[in-house]
Amino acid sequence: MKNFFLSLLLTAAASCILQLFLPWWTTVLAAFAVAYYIKQNSLAAFLSAFVAVFLLWVVYAYLLSSANENILAIKVAELLKQLTKGSVTTIYLLTGLIGGLVSGFGALTGTLAAKLK
Amino acid sequence: MKYFKLLLSLTVTLGLVYFLNTKMGVAPAFGKFLNPFAGFWQNAENVNGWKDEEANLAGLKEEVKVYFDERLVPHVFAKNDEDLYYMQGYITAKYRLWQMEIQTANAAGRISEIVGEKALDVDRMQRRIGMGYGAEAAQEYISKDAESKKLIDAYCKGVNAYINTLAPKNYPIEYKLLDYKPEEWTPIKVALLLKNMANMLSVFEFDIENSNFIAKYGKDEFRKLYPDFIKDEDPIVPIGTKFEVKSEKLKGNTTSDIGHQTSDLYSTVIQKPDEITGSNNWAVSGSKTKSGKPILCNDPHLKLSLPSIWYEMHLVSPNMNVYGATLPGSPAVVIGFNDSISWGVTNGGRDVRDWYTIKFKDASRNEYEYNGQWLKAEKKIEKYMVRGKGEVDDTVIYTKFGPVVFDENFGTADSKKNLSMRWTAHLPSNEFKTFYQLNTGKNYNDYINALKTYTCPAQNFVFASRSGDIAIVEQGLFPIRDKATEQGKYLSDGTTDNDEWKTFIPSEGNPTSKNPERGFVSSANQHPTDSTYPYYYSGVGVYENYRNRRINKLLTEGKNIDADFMKKMQSDNFNVHASEAVPVLLSLLDKKSLSKEEQNIADSIGKWDFYNNANEIAPVYFEIWWNELRALLWDEMSNPTIPMKQPSFYVTVQLLKNDSASVFYDNLSTKVKETRNELVLQSFLRVKDTLTAKSFTEVGEPEGTDEKFTNKDSKPHDWGSYKATKVEHLARLDAFSSLNVYNGGNRGIINATNNSSGPSWRMIVDEGAMKAFTVYPGGQSGNPGSKFYDNGVKPWSKAEYFEANFVANGDELGTKKLFTSTYKPK
Repeated sequence: MKNFFLSLLLTAAASCILQLFLPWWTTVLAAFAVAYYIKQNSLAAFLSAFVAVFLLWVVYAYLLSSANENILAIKVAELLKQLTKGSVTTIYLLTGLIGGLVSGFGALTGTLAAKLK
Repeated sequence: MKYFKLLLSLTVTLGLVYFLNTKMGVAPAFGKFLNPFAGFWQNAENVNGWKDEEANLAGLKEEVKVYFDERLVPHVFAKNDEDLYYMQGYITAKYRLWQMEIQTANAAGRISEIVGEKALDVDRMQRRIGMGYGAEAAQEYISKDAESKKLIDAYCKGVNAYINTLAPKNYPIEYKLLDYKPEEWTPIKVALLLKNMANMLSVFEFDIENSNFIAKYGKDEFRKLYPDFIKDEDPIVPIGTKFEVKSEKLKGNTTSDIGHQTSDLYSTVIQKPDEITGSNNWAVSGSKTKSGKPILCNDPHLKLSLPSIWYEMHLVSPNMNVYGATLPGSPAVVIGFNDSISWGVTNGGRDVRDWYTIKFKDASRNEYEYNGQWLKAEKKIEKYMVRGKGEVDDTVIYTKFGPVVFDENFGTADSKKNLSMRWTAHLPSNEFKTFYQLNTGKNYNDYINALKTYTCPAQNFVFASRSGDIAIVEQGLFPIRDKATEQGKYLSDGTTDNDEWKTFIPSEGNPTSKNPERGFVSSANQHPTDSTYPYYYSGVGVYENYRNRRINKLLTEGKNIDADFMKKMQSDNFNVHASEAVPVLLSLLDKKSLSKEEQNIADSIGKWDFYNNANEIAPVYFEIWWNELRALLWDEMSNPTIPMKQPSFYVTVQLLKNDSASVFYDNLSTKVKETRNELVLQSFLRVKDTLTAKSFTEVGEPEGTDEKFTNKDSKPHDWGSYKATKVEHLARLDAFSSLNVYNGGNRGIINATNNSSGPSWRMIVDEGAMKAFTVYPGGQSGNPGSKFYDNGVKPWSKAEYFEANFVANGDELGTKKLFTSTYKPK
């Protein structure tokens, strides 16, 4: 359990730092590296990275969007209404899901690679 | 097994990343678009995040201060003109970059690079009509004028300085959606933007349509339905004004009467708007105003878009102090005022494009016939880098008569004929210089001088000066056309020089009115002159004569006029057309056969005061009736394979009133022969059916709690909800558009707002009070995530105005100052 939270924190931190300077998909590298060095079973590795980046993306998006009074989020929810039915909450969830999913798979790959050691 | 799992997991990861990083069809690349570090969330700007900024910019000569007021209008204070235009470019790019680029890409025929093959035909049309060709000619000509070149270069430098500050996360949201990036801004793009404007405003020729009509119905019917002048005309230059033109300047061509008219029908034309909405401008002299000084007004009617076509700015240097509407991507103020003069524009509507039939020697199309000789044609290969497809090539052939727009490779399947288009926008010109000289102008002479370099599109430049002059000139470069053959009204013969453009009307020969006795000048896309004007021009299809009569009536009656009078006038909803059409229609309507409900509709129209106010129902009835009647009456002109122009509203009403047996009353799709009364009745009966079928917008007045706006049955609401004006995002995304804007007006009305176009900028300049009032249906920021994106739409729809902060310095803005940006040379 300790490793789960440690992974979660480290993944969130590494992912955040990388994305400040590099493209969004470098979050996969962060998740991979953390999972490679911190031992967890596959499911836990996936989940810790998923939750870490899900939260990272949603919280950051929330900070930006609340200062914007959701002006843009409402419009984008409308723009993607085939996916969101116009709901801003869904846009947040979709955002988190994408970040979480790619990072989760990055972590899974990291764990599986570590098992070859 | 371990390896297999690893490989599987790695594949899924990479697959996901690839999928989410790639744009699929119309959907954005979701990972790129939704991540908060660089995706759309970055465009969600802080609604209160305004603070002073400072930056050092390479290329600036001296310090420039930019004060943003409470509507985000920049007040740019520079110490020289180059810095001023540099900053205009920089600031405009900061708020409108995507718009600048997409409009230029549109002008250059490069949209398919961004959205793929679906835009290829639109792109090909742009290049085939010679947008790039015209822009290059202009650019080359402008480069010869050292001052113009210097200032345009400075503007481009400013735009590029801003682009260079951008990381991908700062790109406007549209780049992220469409997944591409900004490119360098160059002087040719400035020229392209001006050509784009010219193209929008040059659609008032009907050469092919007119020829088609004559081939089908003969010249007598043509004369009846498409007269050059009409009885109720109230031209821009007041009737009776003497034109002083020396006769030697009048020599045109002399050939026989429409000799080259053939029985051929042509299936391809450039699409034109159904009935133009037009624009208004006017200026009244001090004799009619409260202050004793002139007041100038302008509201150009264009397709309403977000970001708005205009960007409001205040530009100050030792050489000028000018305020008004700028065209994002092009330096200087286009419509505005300075401390001495004010000016505005409406479209002149003159025919500035002629179509020529080209006869090639053989299938290679290397040579074409001209005065019995074979001339070599120039071939230009246009390359399109189509997204998702790769390069597509298209050969465009250029002749003496311009590019061959329609040929075997372009147009409808049966358009195998070669048609060249000659257009004044292909001629070398420097429109920027006109605006620069107006921006720095002090008096009437400066204004007249400024107009001299202005070529295309034809514009009615209205003028007023603080010193008391008012004037209007229809400016443009127009070929001198032969009256005997009505040169340029029909398809022209490209095998001889008979219909070739040889000389042009000198600038001083253009229709001009200065300080007329009646105390005002005005234009609203009507005839520039009466029939005594010595130069021939075609009056077909373009000129509208409803708004002009209403404007001139109100200004004639007006006394002690002030800005408030003008505000009311710009949003005046009186429908002159309806006031003339309704009595005719009702007199022809057989009321005996009507049901009670239909009777009520007829009564409602009969009692109508002809104001197209938003909360009235009668305008809805009339609009549907009129459109249905036109569809029935002019069904002859609705065949898309033989394009013809529908006669004007004015002619239509006159025909119904005075002609009881026109051949056009017959509906081609029925076996019986209809009469005038039958058409009127049939179209009237469709009013009720249309209303039952159409579900009204449920939005209506946003603040309205009134029952009638919220009821959701299909009963008719009112004109405002029926019309449901749309201010559409340039990429046609509803989510970024203002939908169902509730307001009155319509085409043919001073407040010429229909469902998609209308007053794109309203301006009133009171030279006496030294005050100006403006409003436009958009906002200063092009970012859909900004509170300044569409904040002007609502005030605009309610005919409210903002007073322009025409301040002498930044401190004068006081509490209206949002923030200050200071830029220093690097």
